[in-house]
Amino acid sequence: MTAYLLKRIIIAALTLVLASIVVFAVMEILPGDPARLMLGLNASADQVEVLRNQMGLNAPLVLRYLHWAGGLLSLDFGRSYTYSVPVIDLVRERVVVSLPLALIALALSTIIAIPVGVFSASRQGRAGDTLAMGAAQLGVAVPNFWFALILIYLFAVWLRLVPAGGFPGWSAGIWTALKSLFLPAIALALPQAAILGRVARSALIEVLNEDYIRTARAKGLPYRTVLWRHALRNAMIPVLTILGLQFAFLLAGTIIIENVFYLPGLGRLIFQAITQRDLIVVESIVMLLVAAVILINLIVDFSYAIVDPRLRAIPGKVRSGFPSGIAPKQILRAVQRFRETRNRSRGRQ
Amino acid sequence: MTLRVDLPEETLAGVLAKAFGNRSFLIGLIITLLVVAVALLSFVWTPYDVSRLVIADKTQPPSWAHWFGTDHFGRDILSMIMVGARNSIAVALVAVGIGMGIGVPLGAVAAARGGIVDEALMRLNDLVFAFPALLSAIMITAIFGPGAVNAIIAIGIFNIPVFARVARAGALAIWPREFILAARAAGKGMTQITVEHVLPNIATLLLVQGTIQFALGILAEAGLSYVGLGAQPPMPSWGRMLFDAQTRMVIAPWMAIFPGMAIVITVLGLNLLGDGIADILDPKSRRRR
Amino acid sequence: MNLLEIENLSLSIGDTPILKGVELTIAPGEVVGLVGESGSGKSMTALTVMRLLPHLARAEGRVAFDSIDILGASEDQMCALRGDDIGMVFQEPMTALNPVKTIGEQVAEGIRWHTKAGRAEAEERARKILDRVGLPEAKFPLSRYPHELSGGQRQRVVIAIACALKPKLLIADEPTTALDVVLQAQILDLLRDLVSEHRMGLLLISHDLAVVTEMADRLTILRNGEVMEAGDTARTLSEQQHPYTRELALASMHVPARPKPHLAGSAKPLLEVEGVGRDYPGRRKSLFRPAQPIRAVDDVSLTIEPAQSVALVGRSGCGKSTLARMILALDKPTAGTIRFRGEPITGKPESTLKPARRDMQVVFQDPYGSFDPRQKVEKLVAEPLHLLEKQPAKAERREMVAHALQEVGLSQRDMDKYPHEFSGGQRQRLSIARAIITRPKLVVADEPVSALDVSIRAQILDLFAELNQKLGIAYLFITHDLTVARAMADEVLVMHEGKIVERGRAAEVLDHPRSEAAQALVAAAPDLHRAIARRMQEQG
Repeated sequence: MTAYLLKRIIIAALTLVLASIVVFAVMEILPGDPARLMLGLNASADQVEVLRNQMGLNAPLVLRYLHWAGGLLSLDFGRSYTYSVPVIDLVRERVVVSLPLALIALALSTIIAIPVGVFSASRQGRAGDTLAMGAAQLGVAVPNFWFALILIYLFAVWLRLVPAGGFPGWSAGIWTALKSLFLPAIALALPQAAILGRVARSALIEVLNEDYIRTARAKGLPYRTVLWRHALRNAMIPVLTILGLQFAFLLAGTIIIENVFYLPGLGRLIFQAITQRDLIVVESIVMLLVAAVILINLIVDFSYAIVDPRLRAIPGKVRSGFPSGIAPKQILRAVQRFRETRNRSRGRQ
Repeated sequence: MTLRVDLPEETLAGVLAKAFGNRSFLIGLIITLLVVAVALLSFVWTPYDVSRLVIADKTQPPSWAHWFGTDHFGRDILSMIMVGARNSIAVALVAVGIGMGIGVPLGAVAAARGGIVDEALMRLNDLVFAFPALLSAIMITAIFGPGAVNAIIAIGIFNIPVFARVARAGALAIWPREFILAARAAGKGMTQITVEHVLPNIATLLLVQGTIQFALGILAEAGLSYVGLGAQPPMPSWGRMLFDAQTRMVIAPWMAIFPGMAIVITVLGLNLLGDGIADILDPKSRRRR
Repeated sequence: MNLLEIENLSLSIGDTPILKGVELTIAPGEVVGLVGESGSGKSMTALTVMRLLPHLARAEGRVAFDSIDILGASEDQMCALRGDDIGMVFQEPMTALNPVKTIGEQVAEGIRWHTKAGRAEAEERARKILDRVGLPEAKFPLSRYPHELSGGQRQRVVIAIACALKPKLLIADEPTTALDVVLQAQILDLLRDLVSEHRMGLLLISHDLAVVTEMADRLTILRNGEVMEAGDTARTLSEQQHPYTRELALASMHVPARPKPHLAGSAKPLLEVEGVGRDYPGRRKSLFRPAQPIRAVDDVSLTIEPAQSVALVGRSGCGKSTLARMILALDKPTAGTIRFRGEPITGKPESTLKPARRDMQVVFQDPYGSFDPRQKVEKLVAEPLHLLEKQPAKAERREMVAHALQEVGLSQRDMDKYPHEFSGGQRQRLSIARAIITRPKLVVADEPVSALDVSIRAQILDLFAELNQKLGIAYLFITHDLTVARAMADEVLVMHEGKIVERGRAAEVLDHPRSEAAQALVAAAPDLHRAIARRMQEQG
């Protein structure tokens, strides 16, 4: 177990280092001198040179990278050119909006998807299943920002149940703040829940055809008990894989959705920074989000080990492959399951 | 009773017969062909010229003259959706091409060689996977400024590890089969086996993944255009149209509804098509029947 | 009164009839064998008794267990029966256990469900039954997971689950088919003991007539869903009144005719294996200590002469398949050399191996996995032609394929078909056609008939014998089945834990084994002659 986890941690750390090099390199090849940008067009060459030295921009490349990366580790991202405050202060202010939004959406999508998947799998081919999977098929096709617009129109403009946008801040009271995150979270969660629900259903159906399900039934356990006690845990492996992947989508989605709802989160910040060419802010937020994706995938790897005892026992045998840890065959199946349709189940009844 | 795990086995006639009996394939195919036809038609004909601004006609609700209404510049929404289809299809298709073109060989090589090569390629995959398409697009935009090409590159880069992973997983399932051993006993090398045996056997898997990525590409392109990182005005694009609609939601909801429906229908069509193909070619679905 | 009574049972799945008027009874404490080839409906009969049939299946007739009407019982009633009064053991031990639950949980689960016992009590009972099936606590604590056990051990766990509550009836569906002969004998012994200890009825389902003869008091022979013959085991098999019974019995004991047996020492060896070894990187026990390599093949030497047929026998995992792969130059030995026609083939680059490969072909076990499903027969059979110096033209190639197909008893019209259009036996013929198309001197056959039904198996063995006689092809048969070795081989090599422990003329080794490993194999191997004789003796 420890060997498996250690390997995953090392890989995650390695990916993080590589990612930071990529981000750093991208910012290096960018045209424009940050020092000049900060001082404005009227500054003299000498002034710029002084600032360049101050900012360490004249140091060798490797040193500059190490300095920057070292800063990241101590949460010192540098100073924003436009706001003239440490980037970390900006981030701290915004992350309290983005992170809760992403987590609420993730939780919401899981809470909706798993029961729907179980419901559909256990009623394979019947009306309830057909209906749920039809809705899921539609849900997968809906872009979340358009869905957000429709939600705003329905609930904020028409029914006036929730605010159409903006964020009062957590100081306005948790309930008020949560209320303004409600629509964005739904807009993010439902399309993801549609995907997850389909994966959960087909993973379960696949597992229900395994030999050990028959063994469990031969013990005299009723179908329902077998479903919950034996099938669900085995079906969690592909579900976790998709969950890990979805977090990356959710983060990206958060960035867009914040713009729809005028939420003062990291997404708004990054777009403001792009228009103002405040590159250090862009760079810091990208790095932060990449780190979040890597971290989530590490957590998914850990949860594989909790779900599947085979991973705990065979350190040498784990074949690599993103999101890592799971056997290739399972990835293949996960891909196939992902595409499973109602037709098949209809044939089986 | 032994259930054997078969690889897909079929003849062309059998596949066709099944294809036309599969509802999701048929509906998906019809929708997809329709969208492609509309995009092609827009090259020669649209109800109105999308480059002409008629301020007098601005934000007209749907009518006989403008089926889907007009936008804030008086442009015909239907015409813009037709032209926008080109952009969506082109971006998503090229992005799938990039992903397949680079990802599939990488995945196939990783599976064939194994060991260090595999490990290195998969670590590279992890790296790319850590950058959601939107983040790559943001970085690319930071370098080159916004544009439709950015969207293609960003989505294409995102597609590479997806195809690499699917190709690798598929190939790894094929390599231990006995017919590969038989081919090796017949003196065939790694490349030849990959081309003759492995790729044909994972082709359907890749085709299915291709339609998924195509659909995801259309969604992603719309997202990027919506936040201003994709196609730039005046080039009509579905995402951009939604952005324009956002502030006018109360006075002109049709500006948002129709482009959004276009996206939903296109993506739905592609997903149904992918589902259908997977279903037709999946040996398991037949075994269970 | 009978424990189980099946009367006029008919079953269909969709429109396909599976069973037609099956009759079967089992008295308490009685062992009844159900014999038949694949597709005869044996498993479906068992699943009907358990009421675990596929969704589309429809059963008619009467099935009564302990005077409960099974076909008419409610699902709740069935749940109360399954695992408590009727236990079932399945064929595939590798997949029959839930990989994410401990063996303790899985055995205790049924006990808790039926007896409403507490966790501690259920675990105690699980411990007892696991001890009983030969999984003592010291080595197999309840906290073990299935993947930590071997196939034979997993089958013991499945038996423990089935017998935990001392059912009145135990159904064993091909319980030993996936195991090697030694494990098979152990599992059969265990089943026999459990059945007599608790006076259980046992329905033993098997394709293997010898196994059933050794175990069953009465047997029922099934073919295409119909009962061919039923009755007392000894009498049925000694009298062989029904033609199908006779056919099955003959096929199980079939020895193909080889009028010109090979005489050893007559020629220069075709294949020489000298001190060959193969290590695999072992499992790491700790992150900081290098792994101990696993020695799959250890210092093996052997020779095969032209036209000689050699059988390499041994238990599963003894290294015989690894050795075969090294001989075929599909795997590299870590020690020793292999010479083919005097030329070393070890450590040579692929490009220089062509002539050797041309003269050395392979037939695999699985007639389903050894063909690329996307290629037509012509392309599949022609694949080794790639090894010829001069590539034949298309017409010539078709000619050669047609000829090869004819030689294995297929028609040249089959050339444009896909492999899935053939039955298992036909596919094995295709496999042989592919192997002989380059006119090789040696064919390595890895368990070539073990996936086939007995009647098909006899035909394929005949074909092997015929090709040996006609074309002078030497064989290396890799097999765990001693009947195949006896039927086909001039010489037998016995492999055990990576080493060759015995070598000699086939009849000699099989009748008078000297090494311990060979003795174990021979003792465990089911033999129809012997089994019938023993049955007759018991009944006087």
